[in-house]
Amino acid sequence: MPTKSHVPNPIDSGKQSDSRTTSRGEVVQLFISFFKIGLFTFGGGWAMISIIEREIVDKFHWIERNDFLDLLAVAQSLPGILAVNIATAVGDKLHGMKGSAVATLGCILPSFLIILCIAIFLTPDMIKNNHVLASIFMGIRPAVVALIIAPVITSAKSAKLGLKTIWIPLVVALMISSSQLFGINLGFGSNPILFIILGGFGGWAFWKFSVRALKNSQNK
Amino acid sequence: MNIYLKLIWAYLKIGIFGFGGGYAMLSLVEHSVVDPGWITETMFTDIVAISQMTPGPIGINSATYIGYVAPAHVNPSLHSPLWGILGSVLATLAVVLPSFFLVIYSSHFIRRHQESGAIKGIFAGLRPVVVGLIASAAILLMNNANFNPNGINWQLWSNIAICAVAFCLVYFKFPFRGKRISLHPILVICLAGLTGFLIYGL
Repeated sequence: MPTKSHVPNPIDSGKQSDSRTTSRGEVVQLFISFFKIGLFTFGGGWAMISIIEREIVDKFHWIERNDFLDLLAVAQSLPGILAVNIATAVGDKLHGMKGSAVATLGCILPSFLIILCIAIFLTPDMIKNNHVLASIFMGIRPAVVALIIAPVITSAKSAKLGLKTIWIPLVVALMISSSQLFGINLGFGSNPILFIILGGFGGWAFWKFSVRALKNSQNK
Repeated sequence: MNIYLKLIWAYLKIGIFGFGGGYAMLSLVEHSVVDPGWITETMFTDIVAISQMTPGPIGINSATYIGYVAPAHVNPSLHSPLWGILGSVLATLAVVLPSFFLVIYSSHFIRRHQESGAIKGIFAGLRPVVVGLIASAAILLMNNANFNPNGINWQLWSNIAICAVAFCLVYFKFPFRGKRISLHPILVICLAGLTGFLIYGL
């Protein structure tokens, strides 16, 4: 696997006709995309959503936005590091086992290498008390929040939220952030897993209900 | 037991039981590495501070860093970069691999049944929830640590301005060389870092 880190240049678009070359080129491009995503993700999995959307959905059109939302649901409902789960799920969706290995490796390699360099060559104080670095990150942190607000709107559009469904994300967001917004601690009531379970169950029940309603109307 | 086996075991557990990612996992990490005395409380605080100033998920950052420093801290005869690198590779792989296989297994299960009405219904129900989850992540990050770390009024307003401008740049499309494009999020992050340096660093 380490050989994958020494990737050649981006895909040669002139070789598109050969499907095997294209697929290999896509795998290389997947690694490059997730390396970039890992390098510029500050503040965890949610912060990488808009970069992934730009690379995977908008630029290369590898995944539909709604399918990406489904992958996010899977990644969030499983244990582990959210950013890594998202990378694994997207890679697997695109190129199976090979794709997930490449995307995951690409996503963790930048932070692994940077932290390793810091651990070997620097002391914590050189980072912590670095005035320039601190000022740069004071600018980056509010921008990261903006990068998470943008996909709220794009995903709300692609999920085709209407008057009948818009209350769901509102209730979810208000309850999860209740401790910050209202200073109320809801305990498990503000746990994302609870809403994943409720949403999945609600969707399943709605499907069951509509199937039965369809059968009833056919029997009459 | 060997420190490397202990590291692998501890990070496998973090990878399996760490729900929610990021800061939600931190207390679990703290218990697993500070309690056995692999690193001190101060070192752990340092690692969190470094994670906030480096890219990448905090879970990976902490695994790499603790994997590097723990062997030498527990056993001074392992005080060599090579032993440290071995520790960081093992700890990082251990925290990633459980969820790696879980995600692959679940994705394959879902793909095998993706045509079933039940799975389609479940995901139709999940999509609005995911929108809410992203929104809650944004709300939870609108805190003093991100917008007003020094408790100074004008910095709060300049940070709000950075956030608003960054949103407009990444969301709205602007005419550029005959095309309408919005800025790449990576470019926006770089611009925000430059702005931070110009405002707060000079």
